[in-house]
This record gives sequence, structure tokens and C-alpha cells, in this order.
Amino acid sequence: MKTSITINGAAYAADVEPRTLLVQFLRDNANLIGTHTGCETSQCGACTVLLDGEPVKSCTVLAVQADGHAVTTVEGLAPAGFLHPVQAAFWEKGGLQCGYCTAGMLNAVVSLLQENPNPTDDEIRHGLEGNICRCTGYQGIVDSVRLAAEKIAAGGAFEPVKA
Amino acid sequence: MYPNPFEYHRAGSVEEAISLLQELGEDAKLIAGGHSLLPTMKLRLANPAHLIDITGIAGLDHVTDKGDYIEIGALTRHVTLLKDPIIAAKAPLLALIANEVGDRQIRARGTIGGVVAHADPAADYPAGLVALEAEVVTLGPGGETVTPIDDFLISIYTTTLGPDEVVTAVRVPVQPEGTGVAYEKLANQASGYAIIGVAAVVSPGAVKIGLTGLSDRAFRAREAEMSLAGATLDLASIKAATRGITAGVEVYGDIHASEAYRRRVADGLAARAVAKAAGLS
Repeated sequence: MKTSITINGAAYAADVEPRTLLVQFLRDNANLIGTHTGCETSQCGACTVLLDGEPVKSCTVLAVQADGHAVTTVEGLAPAGFLHPVQAAFWEKGGLQCGYCTAGMLNAVVSLLQENPNPTDDEIRHGLEGNICRCTGYQGIVDSVRLAAEKIAAGGAFEPVKA
Repeated sequence: MYPNPFEYHRAGSVEEAISLLQELGEDAKLIAGGHSLLPTMKLRLANPAHLIDITGIAGLDHVTDKGDYIEIGALTRHVTLLKDPIIAAKAPLLALIANEVGDRQIRARGTIGGVVAHADPAADYPAGLVALEAEVVTLGPGGETVTPIDDFLISIYTTTLGPDEVVTAVRVPVQPEGTGVAYEKLANQASGYAIIGVAAVVSPGAVKIGLTGLSDRAFRAREAEMSLAGATLDLASIKAATRGITAGVEVYGDIHASEAYRRRVADGLAARAVAKAAGLS
């Protein structure tokens, strides 16, 4: 089935089986492998992307259902060579260890802060219930979100990739 | 993890969805948010040969104040119920419950019509919908039917919805002035589903309590409601009335919680929900 999805501002079209999941379209058709598949049963959140600006688990959306819509993946958060303030905050505060959940976590945080620019710790934890991290114990992630909120409140400029 | 292959159809209207259901028969399923259906298909627990996507149907995503009741279109997503000003003012229990459904990603996709039609016994809304005495609006070849939720829900994944019918809306009666509401939940930490969910609606002179997650469908705790109706609500009277709230109901036990545990925790959550709705905690 002909499917066209705008991903990070660029149009991707492909003829896919209806059972193709959005995450597979992103990884296999658009070759954007920053989005990870984890549990594949809509529990872990590793595959979280923004669909028309809203966080969704791309393993539980059919690619054909995203036809004509806009998707942002981790690759689209900042221009090449730069970090989105949420990415910079995760880097500074140790919001990741192995990094498997991070692409999904970043998208979830970006949308959370758009909805609630100054969340409490409880609101951060409730807002990230859909993203499982098996490394950090979450405290580093909560700290990262708080720092990201500060960065965004201060203008939210992209930051050069840190060495 | 792929589902089995299927043919994909887009319905442009409810009428078109109905005629596709008639044409394709038992092998067809409607899909909206897909957050119950797609995982089920991946696990091969359901293998529909046809999916009819209804998300493009105009006019099914709305919250409308009809005076005595609020009409919620079937395609209204949880995130909408969480933020909608009409829901906040006239049916705040649904916003409380929406906030407990799954997680933010699931709330961005899942729809109230899907919840109602799927009739998962561990879904959150049914606790509130039975307590609010909501009605389910369906459209089929014979026209529109309006069914009280208590009659609509039959058992696990089973409702009165006909094979060629579509849930189009849920109607929620506006509660009297001075009504307090609460939803208390013990969630399965992995799935987010309710191991136990208790919705309480406390109006002047009346208390309504809906429970989900415990049995094959959501149900009202009518005995507790009757003993609290017109009573002076304090923590002692609420605790006494909600003790043994699952008596007479067949309660599940499974790997997540035994039957005895569920019954005991249901008592506590029910007391907490009623006390909260009554403004006592």
C-alpha cells in the first residue's frame, strides 16, 4: 500500500504491506535507525517518536495509519553537529547509561516539556511512565528533565555536540 | 514483531464502516487507536483478515455539552478527555480516569470508543462509566441504539455490540451540583492496566461506586451505595459500608494478585475513593 510520511521535515514514500509498523517504516524504509524497537508490545517506550507532535509508540502504530502525517524521530531533534537542549541535559546529568531507551526517552521528554514547561518531579515521573530504563534508576533522567526545562526556559538554543 | 497479514480498508463514514463490516463479515475488525488490537494481533491472539480503519471518519472526535449529558465521540482520545474544558467542568471523573490510562503515549492514541467496544475487564473507564450511569451510542444497519453501559457490558471482551455495528459515542449524564468524584487504582506496573480500579461519585444524598479489574466486567457496588445513601459520610461510616465490597461477585485471582488480595485491597481503595469524593481526604 502506497504510504507517504513526512519524517523530520522530509517526505518518505514507499509501497508497504499494511502490517508494516511505523517503527519498521522508520528503520527499514527511511533508514533512520535511531528509533529502537524494545518490547514491541507498547510497554517499554524505546520506539517513542512524535506523530504530529504527540508522543506515540511507533511499534503500535501501523505505517499506513501515519500516511500523510508528520513524524519526528531522534534524528530530527537537532541539526547535525548540534544537540537539542533535552539531549544536552541528558549528556550533562547522566540521563543514560547503555542508551537503548534514550531515543524514545528524549522524544517523550521533548513532548512532556512542551505540554508542561516546568514539571514537578512527580509530574516528570508520571509523564515518563511509558518509558522504561533498566540502567539509570531514573534519578539521572529526572535530573536531566529538570535541567532541560531550565535550558528551554532560558531560550532553548541548540548546543554543539560535546566532545 | 509483525501481525499476520491483513487487508487494510479506510472507512470515510460510519455508514461505510458498517457496509464494510457487512461485506467482509467475521474476519473484519475495526481499528482506531489500535493499542489493544495491534498487540493482540502480534501475539496471534487475534488474526483478522481485514482491518477497517475508522480514524479518518469526521465527526466522531468531539466533546459536546448537550445540557443534561455530555456526549463524547467514539474517536475522542484519552489525552483529549484529560485536557477538555467541558469534561473538566461537567464530567471531571473522566479526566481523572484518563490520567490513569496506560501512559502518555497510549493516551495520545487510545480512544474511549475503543475502550468501550473492546470491553477489557481491566480497563479503567468502565468503573467511572458504570458509576456515572453512562450510555453507549451505536450505529448499525437498523439505525442508532442507545444502551446503558451496565447493559452494554456483558463479560470479558463481550458486549451487546452487533458484528455490523459501530460505537459512535458515549453519553455521560451531568451530575448534580455539589458532586465530588474520585478514582483510586492499583495498577499493574508493567502494563498500566487496573488490577483494581474504583470510581466514586458522591452527590448530595447519593453515592455511586464503580469497580473494574476485579471480575469479568466492571460493576456497581449497590449494597455499599445503599448503605451510604443519605448517611452522614465520615471515615468510619465509609469504612463500614465498603467492607466486603466485592461480596457476591466472582473475583479473579491471577499471577498479579490473588483473589483474597484483590478483595481486601478493593475494600481499602473503595473507602479511599468515597472519602476523597466526599472531600474527607
